[in-house]
Amino acid sequence: MCFTHSFWALTVQGLSDGFLYALIALGYTLVYGVLQLINFAHSEVFMSGGFAGYFVLRTLIGSSSPHGASSVGLVVVGIAAGAAAGGVVAFLLERVAYRPLRRHNAPRLAFLISAIGASFFLYNLAGKEFGRDSVSIPAPFNLSGTVFTVFGAPVQTYEIVIAVSAVIMLVLLDRLVAVTRLGRGIRAVAQDADTAALMGVDIDRTISQTFVIGGLLGGAAGFLFGLSSGVVYTMGFTPGLKAFTAAVLGGIGNVRGAVLGGLLLGVTENLGVACVQSSWRDVIAFGILVLVLLVRPTGLLGERLGRSA
Amino acid sequence: MSISAGTVGAPIRSGLAWVRSDSGRRLGGWILGALILALMTGPSGNDSAPTAGFTGSLLQPRVLVFLGLAVALWVLTNIRRRYGERIRAASDHVTGTPSRLLRTRRARYGLYVAVLAVAIAYPPTLSGFWQEVLVDQIGVFVLLAVGLNVVVGYAGLLDLGYIAFFAIGAYSGAYWTGALPVHPPFHVNPFWAIPLAVLAAMLAGVVLGAPTLRLRGDYLAIVTLGFGEIIQIVATNLQGVTGGAEGVSGIPHFSVHLAGVKYQWGLSNLPYYYLLLGFVVVVLVAFRALENSRVGRAFTAIREDEVAAEAVGINILKYKVMAFSIGASTSGFAGLLEASKISFVSSQDFTVQMSILVLVLVIFGGMGSLPGAVAGAAFLQWVPQILRQHPLFGYQPQDLYIYLGALLVVMMIFRPEGMIPSRRRRREIVLAETGVGTADAISGSSDPAVRP
Repeated sequence: MCFTHSFWALTVQGLSDGFLYALIALGYTLVYGVLQLINFAHSEVFMSGGFAGYFVLRTLIGSSSPHGASSVGLVVVGIAAGAAAGGVVAFLLERVAYRPLRRHNAPRLAFLISAIGASFFLYNLAGKEFGRDSVSIPAPFNLSGTVFTVFGAPVQTYEIVIAVSAVIMLVLLDRLVAVTRLGRGIRAVAQDADTAALMGVDIDRTISQTFVIGGLLGGAAGFLFGLSSGVVYTMGFTPGLKAFTAAVLGGIGNVRGAVLGGLLLGVTENLGVACVQSSWRDVIAFGILVLVLLVRPTGLLGERLGRSA
Repeated sequence: MSISAGTVGAPIRSGLAWVRSDSGRRLGGWILGALILALMTGPSGNDSAPTAGFTGSLLQPRVLVFLGLAVALWVLTNIRRRYGERIRAASDHVTGTPSRLLRTRRARYGLYVAVLAVAIAYPPTLSGFWQEVLVDQIGVFVLLAVGLNVVVGYAGLLDLGYIAFFAIGAYSGAYWTGALPVHPPFHVNPFWAIPLAVLAAMLAGVVLGAPTLRLRGDYLAIVTLGFGEIIQIVATNLQGVTGGAEGVSGIPHFSVHLAGVKYQWGLSNLPYYYLLLGFVVVVLVAFRALENSRVGRAFTAIREDEVAAEAVGINILKYKVMAFSIGASTSGFAGLLEASKISFVSSQDFTVQMSILVLVLVIFGGMGSLPGAVAGAAFLQWVPQILRQHPLFGYQPQDLYIYLGALLVVMMIFRPEGMIPSRRRRREIVLAETGVGTADAISGSSDPAVRP
């Protein structure tokens, strides 16, 4: 096969991409859980995280070349900045583009259209305010330094940073959903919003908090993505589409499914790219999306039905 | 101590209560909207001065104008809330008569004929620039909007990759007329390429629609969004077939050789305008007939309540695929016309933005309303050209999509039925707001209890 000669290197890259997809996919899947709607503007939450990380690190690093403890600190600060921006944007998004429609009891189509509008508004506004050229985040550490090798495949610092921070965030989220009061609220609303309201769950607040949690993860992913790929106002579109694919692959509405789907998609995509030119990369993910929808629309771990009627 | 704290706290508390009240929230909403508008119309920033746009638009005296506007609008809406019924009753004498008149069939057809007469007689008096706008910006997009209206408006399906079919139409037109690097078995005149291009776009619609339309409507939205992007990637990458991003030129213009009459449409705009006008009128008449046919009523039934539609024996998948591919073929048709008119096709023209643009045109005019789609498309395509010539409020062409995105959100909040709504659609939305029915085909009907 075309990918066998560099199988491990591609897998390592795939896992690192996959962790990012998983972080973004969680935003889709959480919101889908409580609203049964695809949040089309989630890719712009991701983009805002990238910009926040970029501006904060540019201010902090300047022309110095950090190392050691300061590198770790800068990564944490960057992730926090990205997450904060993502959370704020997601909060505002829910307030402006979703809540008024919920008050009107608007048709579902209206939610999708309003989210698409918000997405276009946000990324074009970012282009207007921050310029339309791609910029690169100043490196808080040597991104491509090899830390160790797996079966001869180099594992780079950057990939370690992504994996470690993603795993920490994913575990935190999993615990949050499983044991906290807020997590119970989210699960209750996802299961049956009307009954949850009768049991005293504040639905509006729970939905808002769900958006913010998804936004925190998405914004952090935006910063991590921007570290290697640069930051530009249109950066959200493709990762957003892929993360959605990951969410569907794992079973939309299912938190662990999103992580599984993200990792699987990342690996499949990187192995697949070895067989075709890299310019076809995005086509692979789209092919997977259509295939999953055809064969198993509930996804790998999905219990929630994706079919209408 | 506690007494003085109470006396100080009381106005603060009542102030807080007012902020949380309905009226206070509305004022907050207007102010937020005004600040966003100030930001949109303000100066741009860039990478090295990321805050310049924000400070330039929000910390300058100009922001006061916007805040004043917000307060004025808030006052106006308050007045309308309080005296709305009385004002409406009083103004009904003035505005009611024309709108009642328009409800009669004869008056409506009179209006259509008048509009058509203007559309025929007026363009020759325009300057060359506006004639070109009339063809490339307005005519083609009216056709696109009318086609998307079938998908989004009639059937309630969200198609976000509509331009992909435009691309397919353009490329098949280029293929059958022999302009692409790969050659067809026989060359044809663009007129004969029309059915071939329409068929290709329709087939693509069926192939993409059949698997995805089984699923909930939001999957269709994201799959079409992806498809729109993929078509562009494919067209760019298959350089040997499509000419890639550099594009191919030399697509022949339309021409007629019939019974001794020879005519060739050239680069000038006016002949193409009339050709396009003819096609648009034909399509409009056809879609009007479709709307009132058995098929059109089936579309509406599916949009209003999928379960009920299925229960009365409508084959949901069949009609959804039909609506989707009717839209796709209209888009393909428009693609062929545009490709032949500018005699050039490149993968760079088929961006996701274009799909969203057409969606905005349909939503603005009124989903499911043919007059709405036509008027909305014509108006929204005309305004940016005016602004380009007379940049009001520091309008820059690349900011257009900020405005369009905001327009989508605003329309969904305040006037989801569009500016010229179809009567059916408006009734549905009003009913849905009062809790009857769901007004689209996207609802997870399996679980009616869960409402967003």
